[in-house]
Amino acid sequence: MSKIEIKVGSASCGIAAGANKMHEYLEEKLKGDSIDISKTGCIGMCFNEPLVEIKDDKGLYLYGGIDSEDKAQRLIDEHVEQNKPVEDFLVYSDVVETEDKDYIDKQERILLRNSGNIDPESIESYEKVGGYDGLKNVLEKMSADDVIGEVKEAGLRGRGGAGFPTHMKWNFTKIEDNYPKYVVCNADEGDPGAFMDRSVLEGDPHSLLEGMIIAGYAIGANEGYIYIRAEYPLAVKRLNIAIDDARKKGYLGKDIMGSGFDFDIYIREGAGAFVCGEETALLASIEGKRGSPIFKPPFPAQKGLWKQPTCINNVETLANVPRIFTDGAEAYSKLGTENSKGTKVFALAGKVKRGGLIEVPMGVTIKDIVYDIGGGIASGKEFKAVQIGGPSGGCIPASLQDTPVDYDSLTSLGAIMGSGGLLVTDEDTCMVDVAKFFLDFTAEESCGKCTFCRIGTHQMLEILDRITEGEGKEEDLDELEKLGGQISAGSLCGLGQTVPNPVLTTLKYFRNEYEAHVNEKRCPAKKCKELILYFIDEEKCTGCTRCKKVCPSDAIEGDKKEAHVIDTEKCIKCGLCISSCKFDAIEALSGEKELQKMNKGGER
Amino acid sequence: MSGKTMIKPAEMAKKLEEIVKDHGKMRGAAIPILQSIQEEFGFVPKQLIPRLSALTGISQSDIYSILTFYSQFRFEPLGENYIQVCHGTACHLAGAEEITNALKREFGIEEGETTSPDKKYTVEKVACIGCCSLAPVMNMNEETLGRLGPEKAVKGAKENAKGGES
Ligand SMILES: Cc1cc2nc3c(=O)[nH]c(=O)nc-3n(C[C@H](O)[C@H](O)[C@H](O)COP(=O)(O)O)c2cc1C
Ligand code: SF4
Ligand code: SF4
Ligand code: FES
Repeated sequence: MSKIEIKVGSASCGIAAGANKMHEYLEEKLKGDSIDISKTGCIGMCFNEPLVEIKDDKGLYLYGGIDSEDKAQRLIDEHVEQNKPVEDFLVYSDVVETEDKDYIDKQERILLRNSGNIDPESIESYEKVGGYDGLKNVLEKMSADDVIGEVKEAGLRGRGGAGFPTHMKWNFTKIEDNYPKYVVCNADEGDPGAFMDRSVLEGDPHSLLEGMIIAGYAIGANEGYIYIRAEYPLAVKRLNIAIDDARKKGYLGKDIMGSGFDFDIYIREGAGAFVCGEETALLASIEGKRGSPIFKPPFPAQKGLWKQPTCINNVETLANVPRIFTDGAEAYSKLGTENSKGTKVFALAGKVKRGGLIEVPMGVTIKDIVYDIGGGIASGKEFKAVQIGGPSGGCIPASLQDTPVDYDSLTSLGAIMGSGGLLVTDEDTCMVDVAKFFLDFTAEESCGKCTFCRIGTHQMLEILDRITEGEGKEEDLDELEKLGGQISAGSLCGLGQTVPNPVLTTLKYFRNEYEAHVNEKRCPAKKCKELILYFIDEEKCTGCTRCKKVCPSDAIEGDKKEAHVIDTEKCIKCGLCISSCKFDAIEALSGEKELQKMNKGGER
Repeated sequence: MSGKTMIKPAEMAKKLEEIVKDHGKMRGAAIPILQSIQEEFGFVPKQLIPRLSALTGISQSDIYSILTFYSQFRFEPLGENYIQVCHGTACHLAGAEEITNALKREFGIEEGETTSPDKKYTVEKVACIGCCSLAPVMNMNEETLGRLGPEKAVKGAKENAKGGES
């Protein structure tokens, strides 16, 4: 038997799909075979989870959808025992062509190169791939100014949303002559739909630690804090292991690697408040207070944690740092565009065929992401738009899909890079509903300090509610734009300043959809409950009674083997019947013309 | 996490003292202390707040102000089974609303409430769990269930329930 290595993708997404059970099974069955079986972080092909990677002397084979013992057993019988790759489950390989090959090949993995490759719970595993070499280089050969100069040359910009040049922030903190100073890592990742920071924390925690230590050295800090969402228990667990191991090995603590530099890191768990991702609120939270943002300046670099100079960076920003000091600034800045260097990790989700964690060089177009990597729209329907940058981001319509993804191009369209949620929508998505979804979220999360943010968001929400309920007026659209401008202008922190973005961009690019809701009382995507009716097509209905059984409000009538009918008065539009019908006989209708198709219940 | 609500007041007070002592030297310890209290009892018992204030020197109003600001904290115990339905972006598009509604209907949870009358189930909405590629997703007890539909969610909730199906 040739030398074989097996890896099971065991980030929380993999575990949710059943990875732990598969890992246990493989270990149990291959006990004593001296095969190296390890758990790694997210391999990235989330749409195919659980993932098992087998590497032998011929190459690398990634198997997807290994969700049963039978499938795992076939991998053992055929690949491990007989050296015959199991083509049926193969999703990627560097020696065999697969349908989803582009998903991996079109990416450029710099930040994620260890995630899915190393064992995140083993410091040796990290050291084996060059871990802590960057720190070694820094401590042996470089001054603080050299370090900052190198980061500048690499062109690293903050990945937490705004894209602020990292070397500038470090320098602002360094030049303050007031000690102690702090490094704070923002691992709050509150954007719904974003999970790249989680993947770094779960898949490659030492990269973050190494980046923080280097940052500490550059600015003259001896203490670092990681502020992490409490909703990420696995990440917290793995970080704790990593910190303990780094202390034992002398990468953290006193006199790191004999350099005379002291640095240590502590974890603080968030308590469920999105606004605590905002830097001043985050610091208040570490200090044990409510997380209310405060006015800047002074910036945290001048007066931060406990009024001391504090450098606060995002997980991805800091985890990129070791790459710069192992590969060199020049190698790093080769990727990307003039003003946006390196790569960006996105959480690709929504209506694409292949969703997951992707890393692409800055400057690739939206089209590349949706089609080459994402494999296009899953349902085969029309691609409509991408929503980028989370609740503070914006929508970019399919007509602008040649837009390169870099800080400046996105900003010029009214969107932002944000933290990296990238949501693909198709014809079945109602853009008014999407805008309402984000606004609903941010209105709930406003800390309440600024009147515009606190009240303005609710006023906008009321208008959107009216529109989606078919009570909207022509003037509402202008009112939304006006309110949006006022909220941006009248708010203290980034939350209020960006709250209106999803509404403003959808109004700009999908005004016709708003107008359909307002003027025709019609939801083109057939999503807004008040504007739709469910209808059973009697040609297709076989009278199987399934829908009648699931209907919670007894709204469906009809005898066995006879076409069923929905009583629209009783129907609460829960949608259960649609998902239960095996014959596609139930559909949603919206708009007068279509409603006329109905024989019964056309009271409206 | 849940199910420790039968604890006696004297024991509670003792636990509280231990927790405060554990975090004693930490600066800005209020939130970690409250997190530990919730970890220990499954919720933050209001009757402990005066004592907590005395032990830490943090005023009662500051403690309440923290407790009401952060959504993690709760004053009531959870039901026996704790279900968090993800209402993040991906899950919203994939039909999270239908799932929450179906679960609430199934377990008889009233509008505006989160726990069923028999205290067997608590159903809450949460923002992104970080498993968007399996959307829609819910966390139940320590498990994550993905690729759900309303029916599958109800079935999954019953199968994973502690103490058998309801
Ligand atoms: C409401 C709000 C939420 C934010 N949430 C996050 C977050 O979850 N993670 C993050 O890194 N930055 C977040 N930010 C941005 C931070 O305030 C800060 O700019 C960032 O952490 C700086 O790191 P960087 O320079 O490495 O990008 C948020 C900002 C606002 C206004
Ligand atoms: S803009 Fe909103 S979240 Fe930010 S400080 Fe003002 S009220 Fe709070
Ligand atoms: S949508 Fe729900 S309430 Fe309406 S008919 Fe279908 S199952 Fe019944
Ligand atoms: S949106 Fe539900 S897991 Fe991310």
